[in-house]
Amino acid sequence: MGKILRRTFLVGTGVIAGGLAVGFYTGFRPHENPLEAGLADGESTFNPFVRIDAGGKIHVIVPRAEMGQGVTTTLAALVAEELGVGLSAVEVEHGPAAGAYYNSVMLEESGPYPVFAKTLLAETTRALSGATGRLLGLQVTGGSSSVRDAFEKMRHAGAVARYLLLQAASEEMGEAVPDLLIEGTEVVSASGERVSLGVIGPKAALIKPPSDLALKDPSEWTLLGKPQQRTDLLAKVTGAPIFGIDTDLPNMVYGTVRMSPRLGAGIRSFDMAAAEAMPGVIKIVRMDTQTGTGFGVIAENTWAAFQAARAIDVEWEDAPYPDDTNAIMEVFRGRLDSGAAGSSYRDDGDVEAAFADAPADLVLTADYEVPYLAHAAMEPMNATAWLRDGKLDIWAPNQAPTVIQTVCAGIAGIDAQDVAVNTTYLGGGFGRRGEVDFSIYATLMAMNSDGRPVKVTWTREEDTSHDTYRPAAAGRFRARVDADGAVEALDMRIATPSIIKSVGRRTFPSLPTGGPERLLTEGAFDQPYTIPNYRVTGVETEMPVPVGFWRSVGYSFNGYFHESFLDEIAEKTGQDPIEMRIRLMSAHPEAVMVMKKLAQISGWARRLPDGRAKGVAFTLSFGSYVGEVVQVAQTPSGIRVEKVWAVADVGRALDPGIVKSQIESGIVFGLSSALGQEITISDGRVEQQNFYDYDAMRIHQCPEFEVVILENAETIGGVGEIGTPPSIPALANAIYALTGERIRTMPLGNHIAFT
Amino acid sequence: MKLVVNGETLDLDVDPEMPLLWALRDVAGVKGPKFGCGVAACGACTVVIDGMAVRSCSLPVGDVDGDVRTIDGLVRDGRMHPVQKAWMDEQVPQCGYCQAGQIMSAVALLEEIPHPSDAEIDDAMQGNLCRCGTYPRIRSAIKKAAAAMPVTLDAET
Ligand code: FES
Ligand code: FES
Repeated sequence: MGKILRRTFLVGTGVIAGGLAVGFYTGFRPHENPLEAGLADGESTFNPFVRIDAGGKIHVIVPRAEMGQGVTTTLAALVAEELGVGLSAVEVEHGPAAGAYYNSVMLEESGPYPVFAKTLLAETTRALSGATGRLLGLQVTGGSSSVRDAFEKMRHAGAVARYLLLQAASEEMGEAVPDLLIEGTEVVSASGERVSLGVIGPKAALIKPPSDLALKDPSEWTLLGKPQQRTDLLAKVTGAPIFGIDTDLPNMVYGTVRMSPRLGAGIRSFDMAAAEAMPGVIKIVRMDTQTGTGFGVIAENTWAAFQAARAIDVEWEDAPYPDDTNAIMEVFRGRLDSGAAGSSYRDDGDVEAAFADAPADLVLTADYEVPYLAHAAMEPMNATAWLRDGKLDIWAPNQAPTVIQTVCAGIAGIDAQDVAVNTTYLGGGFGRRGEVDFSIYATLMAMNSDGRPVKVTWTREEDTSHDTYRPAAAGRFRARVDADGAVEALDMRIATPSIIKSVGRRTFPSLPTGGPERLLTEGAFDQPYTIPNYRVTGVETEMPVPVGFWRSVGYSFNGYFHESFLDEIAEKTGQDPIEMRIRLMSAHPEAVMVMKKLAQISGWARRLPDGRAKGVAFTLSFGSYVGEVVQVAQTPSGIRVEKVWAVADVGRALDPGIVKSQIESGIVFGLSSALGQEITISDGRVEQQNFYDYDAMRIHQCPEFEVVILENAETIGGVGEIGTPPSIPALANAIYALTGERIRTMPLGNHIAFT
Repeated sequence: MKLVVNGETLDLDVDPEMPLLWALRDVAGVKGPKFGCGVAACGACTVVIDGMAVRSCSLPVGDVDGDVRTIDGLVRDGRMHPVQKAWMDEQVPQCGYCQAGQIMSAVALLEEIPHPSDAEIDDAMQGNLCRCGTYPRIRSAIKKAAAAMPVTLDAET
């Protein structure tokens, strides 16, 4: 056990090491309430999630990044529910960067176990990893973890606030607590007397809360479990300046960056005289950083900065990786050919023996490949920084404020507590905004702007060609079936780079990262299927193209690998793909119920007219069980994705409206990649530049949706990413059913024409 | 140079070659139109000029002829435009970044075609990318707004 525990600790090493520097300052002691320091006169706070202003308004701090997934609604509802007020009664804020806002759930599932593994070892690993997040004060939005992480803490924060406010009001008003009610900005008594929360708040803050406050039973919930109106709607339909790119500060200057297009390569020679002489240009800064080398242009306006950046004459050094996509993929293929050992997080039965005596006609083999992908969030990367009097302020749409705080303090040579990170609304994140590059560049430019704030906006071209990409991967799979169709053995080898190491190298370059990693094979090793001889091996592949977290991470490609190959097995053995899956997942009733429901709502058994076909796939990810059926049709202008049915067991849907839109959103994201997205490299540079060559699904391509949410699973699952993994194989399998062509490399659009 | 934005005449000191988007955002302080691509490929910067949906990132400010309507001027006398109301009712936005552009494209569409068919919606809206995939709700909100909108809308203000 000792040996394995050591290994599992290493699994999350990247993340743990990534947080270490943060933890050095903020960990190893209880996290303080960061709201206390900023309280104005007459304001009060009882915990890091609730602040009452002098006018009695309740402010709820939602310390996770709102990037469209609805956290500012659902997390605020957790607090409001226990406070006993409506959502419209509270003001929602992102709050400061602080260790108190640690995310422990995100790390919990970083070990080598499927989510359903409940062994002592698996549970111990979860507890240890979760505690690490807390210890290090890691404030991160990711891993579809926000609701799971907040579910207890934020309801508790609401319950404490309610207890204290009513207790203080009871003393103030001379009425018994059961006769009191919080209404808007006041406490109201049964006799109709009112007192402002602004008056009560400071008194309430002096009372010591009991340690054993009971939370409401779900049957008493009035907000949770029901669709709410999103708290960010009004701002978003009126075009309010809420995004990072809208930041406006007194005396502000504007900027952009031009970084080496050969990622990780330096500058051979340059001449910026012409650029410097252009109208509106204030200064051009050379930047040599842990995330890239290039130039920052400071100007009177963004457009002038864009023009000047283009005008810098520069020759870049060679890329640290092979020059073009094919040479890069050859490295992945070579890893599969090499017989490298890799790490097998699933290794049931005796796979080698099962294949050793297998007759050739009962063995199925296939090679699959997926490309690098960009995030292409709608809001291009940007950050605003202001350095004055030894203090640095950063405004950025970001997913990891405490990491930015630590890293940018290092860049500016000041203490982390002198760096304030203001999290704006995010125009999409999808994992890209957990990175530090945009904040590093803004910080460096702020160090060169004479004390003026500088807003640094990347061009779309810079954003697309300097992403931290979803890694490419190559897979080699084989299956052995027996004469009556049973799956005897399944063996999957997947070659792909380590995301954790790539992130670690550019975020905390001085800290080591190591150990095997679940991201290589998540989506393949951790699925609820029982096969007597079943092995999934991740073969880590060294490749210095920067890679990062892309909505659903490893699930985004392993889901395709696993579920498309299962479809091949069903085809070979003449089984119905849903029935076969149900047989293989019989040990997991939640999964079976998902597939049965899916068969029912999609009319799976019904025959379709010629020119139409359906495909199915299932992926368990982030604790949620998700099955999807995609229907495609042959039309005169190409293949059209007509409809998608999805069934998701998320354990508990705290806001069914938001859950449904997140699932649809995840599906559009996955289908977009399958239709035509691909990042390719030529001459060491990313070829794609903008939406004209890296597009996503448009309204006329968007299918109809039917989504059913189930709540059978024991624990709450994530929702932000779970729609994506099964959508890709379900589409590929539908294309096979329609055309008879089995497409084993993404994107599908390279092989067939879509509308 | 003079620029009329949401009925107000502004006097801007800008290079006429500067795209309207940046003149609005960086010089005039009108932040509703967003920057997404800069090459008329995403629609985030959409404004309405003379009833037409225009990608402000690709139009030099010196070439603007007419009143520029942006999302910032859509609320009148404290009342939301029917398109905005429909967007609220259908809870369209997720991250919200594309929505200023989506709403302005929808406004231009409904002023031209009060009751658009699905094909007409596809035509008018496919230049507006939404990475969050809010398309099903955009479509239903347009239909809802169409049903709610008076045929005579004060299009020229
Ligand atoms: S920013 Fe103008 S269309 Fe994309
Ligand atoms: S709502 Fe996020 S891009 Fe459309």
